Amino acid sequence: MADDKDVLRDVWFGRIPTCFTLNPDEVTEREAEPYYLLLPRVSYLPLVTDKVKKHFLKVMRTEDVEEMWFEHEGTPLKWHYPIGVLFDFHASNTVLPWSITVHFKNFPDVDLLHCPTNSMVEAHFMSSIKEADALKHKSQVVNDMQKKDHKQLWMGLQNDKFDQFWAMNRKLMEYPTEEGGFRYIPFRIYQTTNDRPFIQRLFRPVSTEGNPHTLFDLLKEMCPDALTKDGEENRFQVVIHGIEPLLETPLQWLSEHLSHPDNFLHICIIPAPTD
Amino acid sequence: MPVSLLWAVDVHGRVYSLSSAGQQWELGRDAPMEFKRVTAAQQCCWSLGCDSSIYLNVFASDLPVRYKVETYENQRWNPVDGFSERLLPSDRWQWSDVTGLQHQPLHSFQLPSSSWEWEGDWYVDENFEGEPTEKEGWTYSIDFPSTYTKDKKWNSCVRRRRWIRYRRYKAMDTWAKIPSQPMSLPDPFSDISCGGWEISEEPGGRLSLWVVSLQGKVWFREGICHHNPEGSSWEEVPLPGEVVQISCGPGDLVWAVLWEGKLIVREGITRDCPRGLSWAVVECPSPEVGAIHVSVGNGVVWAVTKDNKVWFRRGVNSHNPCGSGWISMVGEMIMISVGLHDQVWAIGCEDRAVYFRQGVTSSELSGKTWRAISAPRDGERPHSSASSQQSAGRFFSGEVQAQSVVSDADSDVEKGSADGAIFTTPEPSLGSPTEPPSNPAVDAPKARIPKVTSDSFISELVSDRDQGKPSKDVLSVTPAVLEEEVIPADGEEILLCAGEALLSTESRGGPQWSNVDLEEAQTGAVLDLAETCSLSSVTTFTLTVEDGAEEHPMWAWVSGEGCSVDSSSQLNWFSSSANTTSVTQSVQSMSLSISPAQTAAWRRQIFEQLSERSRREMDDFKHYEQAIEQSVWVKKGAMQWWRDWKPHKWIDVQFAFEQFSGPDGNKDGILFIYYNYNEEKKYLHAFINEVTILVPVLNDSKHTFAIYTDERTKQRWPIRVAAATELEMYDWLALLSVSCCESRGIQGPPSKQAIWSITCKGDIFVSEPSPALEAVPYPTPCDQMFWRQVGGHLRMVECNSAGIVWGIGYDHTAWVYTGGYGGGFFQGLASSTDNIYTQTDVKSVYIYENQRWNPVSGYTSRGLPTDRYMWSNASGLRECTKTGTRPPSPHWTWISDWAVDYSVSGSTDREGWQYAADFPASFHGYKTMKDFVRRRRWARKCKLTTTGPWQEIPPIPLIDVTVLPCGAQSSVDTFPLWAISSKGDVLCRLGVSAQTPAGSSWLHVGTDQPFKSISIGAAGQVWAIARDGSAFHRGSVSPQNPAGDCWYHIPSPAKQKLKQVSVGRTSICAVDENGTNISSPSRRVVHRGFLNVPVCFGVFLAFLCPGNLWYRQGVTPSYPQGSSWDHVSNNVRKVSMGPLDQIWIIADKVQGSQSLSCGTVCHRLGVQPIEPKGQQWDYGIGGGWDHITVRGNAMEPPRIGLLSQKDTAPPTSSSPLPVGIAEPNGTAVYS
Repeated sequence: MADDKDVLRDVWFGRIPTCFTLNPDEVTEREAEPYYLLLPRVSYLPLVTDKVKKHFLKVMRTEDVEEMWFEHEGTPLKWHYPIGVLFDFHASNTVLPWSITVHFKNFPDVDLLHCPTNSMVEAHFMSSIKEADALKHKSQVVNDMQKKDHKQLWMGLQNDKFDQFWAMNRKLMEYPTEEGGFRYIPFRIYQTTNDRPFIQRLFRPVSTEGNPHTLFDLLKEMCPDALTKDGEENRFQVVIHGIEPLLETPLQWLSEHLSHPDNFLHICIIPAPTD
Repeated sequence: MPVSLLWAVDVHGRVYSLSSAGQQWELGRDAPMEFKRVTAAQQCCWSLGCDSSIYLNVFASDLPVRYKVETYENQRWNPVDGFSERLLPSDRWQWSDVTGLQHQPLHSFQLPSSSWEWEGDWYVDENFEGEPTEKEGWTYSIDFPSTYTKDKKWNSCVRRRRWIRYRRYKAMDTWAKIPSQPMSLPDPFSDISCGGWEISEEPGGRLSLWVVSLQGKVWFREGICHHNPEGSSWEEVPLPGEVVQISCGPGDLVWAVLWEGKLIVREGITRDCPRGLSWAVVECPSPEVGAIHVSVGNGVVWAVTKDNKVWFRRGVNSHNPCGSGWISMVGEMIMISVGLHDQVWAIGCEDRAVYFRQGVTSSELSGKTWRAISAPRDGERPHSSASSQQSAGRFFSGEVQAQSVVSDADSDVEKGSADGAIFTTPEPSLGSPTEPPSNPAVDAPKARIPKVTSDSFISELVSDRDQGKPSKDVLSVTPAVLEEEVIPADGEEILLCAGEALLSTESRGGPQWSNVDLEEAQTGAVLDLAETCSLSSVTTFTLTVEDGAEEHPMWAWVSGEGCSVDSSSQLNWFSSSANTTSVTQSVQSMSLSISPAQTAAWRRQIFEQLSERSRREMDDFKHYEQAIEQSVWVKKGAMQWWRDWKPHKWIDVQFAFEQFSGPDGNKDGILFIYYNYNEEKKYLHAFINEVTILVPVLNDSKHTFAIYTDERTKQRWPIRVAAATELEMYDWLALLSVSCCESRGIQGPPSKQAIWSITCKGDIFVSEPSPALEAVPYPTPCDQMFWRQVGGHLRMVECNSAGIVWGIGYDHTAWVYTGGYGGGFFQGLASSTDNIYTQTDVKSVYIYENQRWNPVSGYTSRGLPTDRYMWSNASGLRECTKTGTRPPSPHWTWISDWAVDYSVSGSTDREGWQYAADFPASFHGYKTMKDFVRRRRWARKCKLTTTGPWQEIPPIPLIDVTVLPCGAQSSVDTFPLWAISSKGDVLCRLGVSAQTPAGSSWLHVGTDQPFKSISIGAAGQVWAIARDGSAFHRGSVSPQNPAGDCWYHIPSPAKQKLKQVSVGRTSICAVDENGTNISSPSRRVVHRGFLNVPVCFGVFLAFLCPGNLWYRQGVTPSYPQGSSWDHVSNNVRKVSMGPLDQIWIIADKVQGSQSLSCGTVCHRLGVQPIEPKGQQWDYGIGGGWDHITVRGNAMEPPRIGLLSQKDTAPPTSSSPLPVGIAEPNGTAVYS
């Protein structure tokens, strides 16, 4: 792999093998077989689970069916997080395939947002892109786009069309060379040790002295606890798209190459596995 | 990409060329003298010698430059000698050209210059029209200006034969002086530029050559083409000032620099006029310091100002050759050369090195960085370099020259550089940022300044730089910036820009790198260490080492016009393998190895981990199903596409249509066109639900159709594709039409409200109006209307909102709409099964026979060389012979033979001739003393058979028809329908109702003179236009008296003849015939514009001349004739008034971003009761549209504003006349 473009492809075409099983408490007419699927890391659960729903509805009576939701080892999975983030955060060090339990009742209103249609996902996705561009370019790029350009981004994600998506997303990744990067890096840091869903603050890609900021600089400022102190064993893993980039990786590069389609860099800080 | 050459001249006047595949400059050894400037095309190179003459070097190729000269030997028979060269006094010369007008004996043919040689002697052409003749090539005829046959007959009085000789251009691959013209040019030349080969492919090898003389005049070389590489003559180009330098791009861009520093741009350069028409002045980038140099490419302009700053011109294209603004670029240059693919070379101001602009792509025309070309020069002392240097040199993409000797290479040097140091310091040392210039290595005579990093950084450095400032300061900045990008490099792993060269261990020794020959000239070398990645994520940093160790004379001029490289080309110009030498052992500017960012550990880590992730998460689970299924359905095919960039031409593409079910179950689709651009795969796409219309454009050579979206309608530039066969084209059209309709939820027949339109090909389209279409103040933009095709072939169509639709064919047959849909090429779901009938149409194709009078033989088909074709179309621009003219498309078949057409406007003589003084002039039907040319029109009928939802209404042929518009809920059951027969009689159709739209019988309405246009508006207002161009109003038309009682004459607007009228609810509009005179200047503009449009709507009908649109003022129920005509707009061909008084027209000459379009549907915005003439036009589909009718659209727009006004209070003073006046008329309409 010689080219940064290949990173974009690898990120886009990341797949998580998943085994969906029906929650045993659901009332079924006969036993439900588990359903196996390769989920795109960069997509969202409602966009890719039509088949799952169809599969389980075959064994259920319609009156027993409410809104479908997913749970992994007791944790409801938030559909508005990218699938890769859900996996990295909740199931990084578990055995593959990822095991997800499918529920059709007792929707956990406290934990999850309802998602009646995919247009909810679209609205969420587009608002994320707009938010990210507000950070990166004061919204200039996204506002200059036409409606069909926005649609191209969404359709690209929805239909898993890399070229279609990136033909447009490229524009969101541009910046004036003299500034050395975006205005602020759109990122979200997810921590297990924290009650807040995630950390998101303003952070520039280049220091006031003009040096590019690295992943290390970001973590030092946002969650110093996650960093390994001298002489200490690694307590945490810093995971982006299932990999652990070196802390010296420039943040601007990460933002351009390892952001999710919503243009945010989703960073999961999870406890290091104890062997 | 073929191998091509970059040309340059050094300060000693020696010419060098550098091959795009080579790595060293080749000296042009045979140059007869020193040259000042060169300008290259791909097939040749022009140069300006120090003697101020022009030299030409034509590159040898497989295709020799041969030119055939020919002359005719003419003989006449007489009873004494038989055939002899004794001719009659009125005859042509014994030796003449083919026309007989030129005397040309064999000895009159001279070689044009010493660069030519004869291939052989004269010989007789024994072939005649491809067949061998018997008797020495003679062909016989009755008399001279006639047709010849190879057979001698009893009445063959004259004969002639053709002599042929070939001459060949022999001065290939050598510099040949262009002979100066006898009328010699007044002063020596000072600049030269060639280009223009993309303007036209005919004749082959055509070039434009522009030169500047010392006096500041500009000359254009006429007649350069493949078989005449030297051109024929110099033509002076008038100027607004004194030019010092000129540049001509490969296309139609020509810019020049004036003496005072302003720039001028040539305008009006076209295929027909490669010299252009006029100059436009462009201000120089900075007012204080003028420009000294300019260079243009296909769509870019670069300039250099007197302070050596470099500027890039924004927004240049062939529609706007002047561009829109200057952008300051990095670098200081003395001249710039833009080559093919808009690549850029320049000569540096300080070091006089040749620089290549890297990263110039079609999307980033300004490129990224300057990089010095460091190829060695041929003819220099070969250095006995060790192989180690070769590899070392290859590693470094820059020429690194040491100034002085360092006794030993220390590893610090390399380490330092690896840390990102820029060792170019005032001190001769190399240093790392951590241990800066302290390293006392060498004595460099010149200060070296780190110059180039990413562009922004350069500019900072360049602007900061001043002579007195120690470059240390600069140094302190650089490492800071570079810090993150740089990691210690270990020699073995450094990847170079192309990622191919590895630093070999031997090269580590560094010392060998230095170049030893020391002279005072200084050169810069640029090292480009990191390739910019496509997302511009990685900063490119490039270092310049300016050192004085340069043995080469400096460069003076470079020409890349013929050099075919682009940003993706692999070039070997930047390595200095051959001339790095170890004659001296010194090291000095050592391995400047900032480790390329590509190899940074963090990046490697990411690459490796991603691969590892794929293995872990995907390899074992490949049998799992994918969550997102790819497109439900794909249809692919090979097509041709009229490409978007210049020069426009058909290129082969893959055409794919992907249809999928949207999330909500709606079918949606995307069209993809995959094409190659500069050998790079690219694609274009369009969402099916954004396609607004599909237009078949069939002609005899291509089966094409055009795809419009609203955006492309605005630009007047559809996606044009061509299928291999007609069947394939209709397959695609039918499929895409169905998909477009599906994605918009449209099915079945058009509604009663539908808007109908017709193209100049006779194709019929309908659009379903939305209520918002006529909304005030925010109507649906006209370019967003979706049009679908309905089968059949018509010239005009009229309808009303009760669903009564009548059409008239080209042969004047009347047709009534049957309520079906589809027909034509639509099959299956896209077409109704009943209500589709066979429809035929007949039209005439016209060609013109042109003749010129000469004193000897009177009128003959022998024109002047400047004349139009002797058989041509109406404009004379295209040759149309009887045999060569084909029916308009394969659907049409001839049904008659050619016959003289006497029914031309302006009358003819008995043989159909019309006379005029000269060709583009107005013709008249009788001969006068002043007439030197004449023409007559020939017509041939052709017939089309198709199917559509139309039924014929025999027997009377019609030229116009109109039906009463009505409100949406009308209680009327029979609708007055008026028509004009092809003889000009006014007719009224009885019994037309929604159930029987064809009506029952005609009622004749008497008139004093023939009529040509008629329209019936609300409340039975009938208006008509007579043949003399005046208007008439029919009084007392009512349901009880459907034919009315008498005509009231309404004078036409002053000096104008009206041609068409349309009546809405209360408004009446008419169009006049302004501009029918073909030779008027405005008319010419239209033609030129249209011809430039490659839309294949070839048939341009003469009767569709743009006129003015007039609004009838003062019409009230009590005074229905109104008071006066009010001018609304010009450029109008046709008007259609709707039942809500909407105004829609077919407009001429609408400017799009890409081209001018003629015949465009336009909608008048801001039409309100208080402002019935509206405010402005909104442009919709076009060009090539001939007819529109909105008379079915009675759908009231959502009247939010008006309603609330009505509800709350009577009209306030701000709108003195609004609803109140409209109401009485409104009610009258529906009564």
